[in-house]
Amino acid sequence: MPLKSKHLLGLEGMSKEEITLILDTAETFREVLERPIKKVPTLRAVTVVNLFYEASTRTRISFELAEKRLSADSVNFSTDASSVKKGETLKDTVRNLTAMKIDMVVIRHRSAGAPHFLTRFLDASVINAGDGAHEHPTQALLDMYTLRKKYGKLKDLRVVIVGDIRHSRVARSNIWGLKTMGADVAICGPTTLLPWEVERMGVEVHYNLEEALSGADVVMALRIQQERLQGSYFPTLREYSQLFGITKERLKLLNKDFTIMHPGPINRGVEISDEVADGPYSVILDQVTNGVAVRMAVLYLLSGGEGKLE
Amino acid sequence: MPKAGSIIMDGKGLNRVLTRIAHEILERNGSAKNLALVGIRSRGAYLAERLAKLIEEIEETKVPVGYIDITLYRDDIQTKLEQPVIQKTELLFDVVEKVIILVDDVLFTGRTVRAALDEIIDFGRPKSIQLAVLIDRGNRELPIRADYAGKNINTTLKEEVMVKLTEIDGEDSVSVVTKGKNRNHAAKK
Amino acid sequence: MNRPVKKSAARRSPQPDNLIIAGGKVIDPASGFEGMADIYVQAGKIQKIETKKLLTGGKLKSSFGEIIDARGKLVVPGLIDMHVHLREPGREDEETIVSGSQAAVAGGFTSICCMPNTSPPLDSQEKIKFVLERAKQALCHVYPIGAITKNQEGKELAEMGDMFRAGAVAFTDDGNPVRSSEVMRRALEYSRMFDVPIIDHCEDLLLSGNGVMNESFVSTTLGLPGIPAAAEELMVYRDIRLAEYTGARVHIAHVSTAGSVELIREAKKKHIAVTAEVTPHHFTLTDETIRTFDTNYKMKPPLRTRADVEALKAGLKDGAIDCIATDHAPHSSEEKEVEFDQAPFGILGLETALGLVVTELIDKGILTWSQVIAKMAVNPAKILKLNAGRIKGGMPADITIITPEASWTVDVSKFKSKSRNSPFGGWKMKGKVLYTIVEGKVVFQVQA
Repeated sequence: MPLKSKHLLGLEGMSKEEITLILDTAETFREVLERPIKKVPTLRAVTVVNLFYEASTRTRISFELAEKRLSADSVNFSTDASSVKKGETLKDTVRNLTAMKIDMVVIRHRSAGAPHFLTRFLDASVINAGDGAHEHPTQALLDMYTLRKKYGKLKDLRVVIVGDIRHSRVARSNIWGLKTMGADVAICGPTTLLPWEVERMGVEVHYNLEEALSGADVVMALRIQQERLQGSYFPTLREYSQLFGITKERLKLLNKDFTIMHPGPINRGVEISDEVADGPYSVILDQVTNGVAVRMAVLYLLSGGEGKLE
Repeated sequence: MPKAGSIIMDGKGLNRVLTRIAHEILERNGSAKNLALVGIRSRGAYLAERLAKLIEEIEETKVPVGYIDITLYRDDIQTKLEQPVIQKTELLFDVVEKVIILVDDVLFTGRTVRAALDEIIDFGRPKSIQLAVLIDRGNRELPIRADYAGKNINTTLKEEVMVKLTEIDGEDSVSVVTKGKNRNHAAKK
Repeated sequence: MNRPVKKSAARRSPQPDNLIIAGGKVIDPASGFEGMADIYVQAGKIQKIETKKLLTGGKLKSSFGEIIDARGKLVVPGLIDMHVHLREPGREDEETIVSGSQAAVAGGFTSICCMPNTSPPLDSQEKIKFVLERAKQALCHVYPIGAITKNQEGKELAEMGDMFRAGAVAFTDDGNPVRSSEVMRRALEYSRMFDVPIIDHCEDLLLSGNGVMNESFVSTTLGLPGIPAAAEELMVYRDIRLAEYTGARVHIAHVSTAGSVELIREAKKKHIAVTAEVTPHHFTLTDETIRTFDTNYKMKPPLRTRADVEALKAGLKDGAIDCIATDHAPHSSEEKEVEFDQAPFGILGLETALGLVVTELIDKGILTWSQVIAKMAVNPAKILKLNAGRIKGGMPADITIITPEASWTVDVSKFKSKSRNSPFGGWKMKGKVLYTIVEGKVVFQVQA
C-alpha cells in the first residue's frame, strides 16, 4: 500500500509523502470532475457504507458524491439522535455490517475513538469523517489541497487558527497536516478554549488576535458553539467577538493575497463580522468540488485489493 | 538491469517504422482532416507526439494530441497489491466527430486498449477510433486488433518486450527479454 | 469448594483437618521472620511453626496429616484485598460474592473487603447481614464495607453503628467522593466511636466534570475531556486536614498522583491518622495507553503520567503508601465494549495483582518480598483490625503459597471472574499463586 494503513483515522503521524500522494491523486480526480461524464468505473466492485451518527449535510453529500463518481455502491445509515438513543449500539451496527460484505466504512460520530472501535471488529477499511473533538482528516486534506492550489505550496505558509481549538477536530487535523507539510501554524483563542500543553503540538500560541494575525497568510476561523457559554469558558459572545472576531480592520494585518477559511456555518458577528462575511475576501471557489476530489482520492487509495503481484 | 535479450529494433529502425505508420494513417484516412492522436501513458504519449510531428511534416497540418492515463479504467484494480500512481489525463480537444488514432508502444493482451476505449468514449462520441502500435506481440485475451503496427512478433508469456524511448530512457530501442527478477519496465499490456 | 487432588495420594479421602506446609520459605513481616519453616495446621488454625525439626527426604511424610510440599516456594500470610467491587446485590451478571471469591483465591487472596456501591447499596445492617450470609458460600473471607451516607447520596449519615455491630469493617461512599465537607467531618467524628477508618474516593466532581481520562498532552491530542490531577489532590488535602481536625482515621482509596503522595507523606510526618492504598494498574500503566481508545484503560481515578507512576512507586518504597488494593471492578462486555466516552469506569484486578506486583515492583527492585507482603497482608489487616495478615500460632490458617519465579501469560478468557474487562490479556508476568489456603482448607491450587 502506498498509504501505510488501510484506514484513514487521522493525520497525526501521517508522513509528508503520504499526504502529498493524497493531494496529487486528488488533482487527478479534480480533472475527472471537469469531464462531461464525471464518472470513472474504478471502484465498481466496492461497497461503501456511510455511517453518519451526527447530522452533517455537507460532508455526507461530499462523500456520497465521491463514491458515486467512482462507481462504487454507496449505502447510507444516517441516524439521528433519537434512534441512536433507542438502543442500537455501535457494536450492534458492527454486527449488522459484518453480515453484509462491506469493503469500506465512512463514519462520523460524536465520540472520539469511534472509528478506531470499528477497526477492531471489522475487516473493512475505515475512514474517519469526524470523531468527537479528535480528528477530521478529510476536511484538513481538503483545506490543504485548496491552499496548495492557491499558493503553489504549503511549506512556510503562515496559517493562524482562531477560536475554540479545545473542542475542534478540524483544528487538530489541520495542525498535524500543515505542520507535516512544513507550514507555520499558530493558534489564537481565549486561554480557556486552548487545550492542555497544546504548544507541544508545535504551534505558536497567542491570546492576542492582532499579534497572531500580523504577517499571516491564512486565517481559519473556527465556529463558536453556544454550549461553551454554559460551561463558563468565556463570559459572553460579545466579549468573544470583541477580542477574537475577524473584522475588516483586523484583516489589514494579514499579508497580501490572504485567505480566510471557515468550516461553516458562520455565526455572523461572532467569529466573523458581517462585512467580512459578505466581502470578497473569503471566497474560496470550488471548495465543494475540491472536497469531492479529495474524498475520491482517499477512497481510491484505500481500496487497493489483496491480490498477487503480477 | 534486465538480462541481455535480443534487440529487435534499433533507433533507426524505430524512426523508419514511425514514418511508415504516419504515411499509412494519412493514406487510410485520405487527409489529416478531423484527425486527432491520443497517446496512452507513458510511452504511447511520446510516440503520439512523434507521430504528430511526422504528420505535420508530411501534410503541413497540425494534428491535436491528447494523453490518457488508463489506471482508473483498469479491470484489475481490486486484485492489485498496490494502487498504481495515476498520471494526468489531458484531452483538451473535443473528441466528438473526430477520427482518433490511439497510440501505444506494445499491444499484448488488449486490456489496456479496452480501458483506453472506455475512457475516450466517456469524453464523448468520436467518429471512429483506430489503433497504432509500435509492436504487436500477440497473445491477445480480448478481441482487439491493431490498424497500424510497426512490427509483428511472436512471444511467449515468459518473455517481455522492452521499449526504450529517448524522451525517458535515453535511447531508442526495442528488445525481447526473458522474465528475470528485475522488472523495472512498464506493466503488462 | 475445591477438593485438593494430591498427585501422590495413597488414599482417596476427604480433606483431613491436619495439614503440614513443608519446606517453604516463610515470610512473615509482622514478626520479622523470614526463613525455612514447616507450618503445622490443625482445625483451621496454625498450630505451630517448626523451624528446627524440618521434614526431610525425597518424598515428605508425616503421621500428623497431609503434606503440601512447598520446597522452593514462598509461604506467606494470605493476601488481603481491601478494595473489591462485588456486584451483588444488583448486577449478579457481572460478578457475585461467590464468583468474586473464586477470582480472589485464584489471585492468592484469602480475605477481601467488598465495597457498598451495590444496587441497593450496603447502607444498613440487613444489607451487611445479607452479604455475610452469602459469604458463607464464598471460598475466602469476605468483609463488608458499609456506606457512609444513606443510599450513598452524600447527605445524611447511614447507620454506621448498626452496620459496625453487624460486621462492617470500614465505611465509604466509594464510587463517589463525599462531596460535602460537613458530611465528611461528621462521618469522621462519628467513626471515632467505633475506631474504624473512613475510606474516601477523592475527586472534586465539579473539577473533573465530564472528564474521561487524565488531563494531559495525551488528552489534548485525543480530543477527550480530561480530569486534572488537582481534582484528586484538593480532596486528599481536605480529608487529611479534617482527619487531623477530628482526630479520626481516614484512608485514601486508589491514590493516583504525585501530588497526592506528597500530601500523604507530609501528613504522616505530622502523625495524622491517614493511610493510603494504590492499585497495581496505577503503578504499572500510564495515560499513553489510551491512544488505542481501548476502554480497558478507562477507570477512576484515571491512569496518569509516567512521573505520577514513578511517584507512586517511590511512595510504596518509603512507606507513604501503606497498601496495595486492586479496586477490582467487573463490568459486562456489553457495557464496556463501547465508545470510549460512553464506557463505565473500572477494570478487573484480583487475578493479575500478584503478577504485576512481582513484575513491576519486586523484579525492578522497588520492594522486597517482605515489604510486598506487608503492603498486601499485614497493613490491610492492621488498618481494618482483621484477625489476619500474619503466620502465628493460634491465628486462622490463611496462607498463600507462591512460585516466585514462575513465568506465565495472562489469558483473560480463563479468568474465574464473571467479567472480562482487563487490559492485561497477553501480558507476560512473573510470580504465580500455587496454593491458596483458607482456614486450613485448600481453596485454590494450580492444575497440574
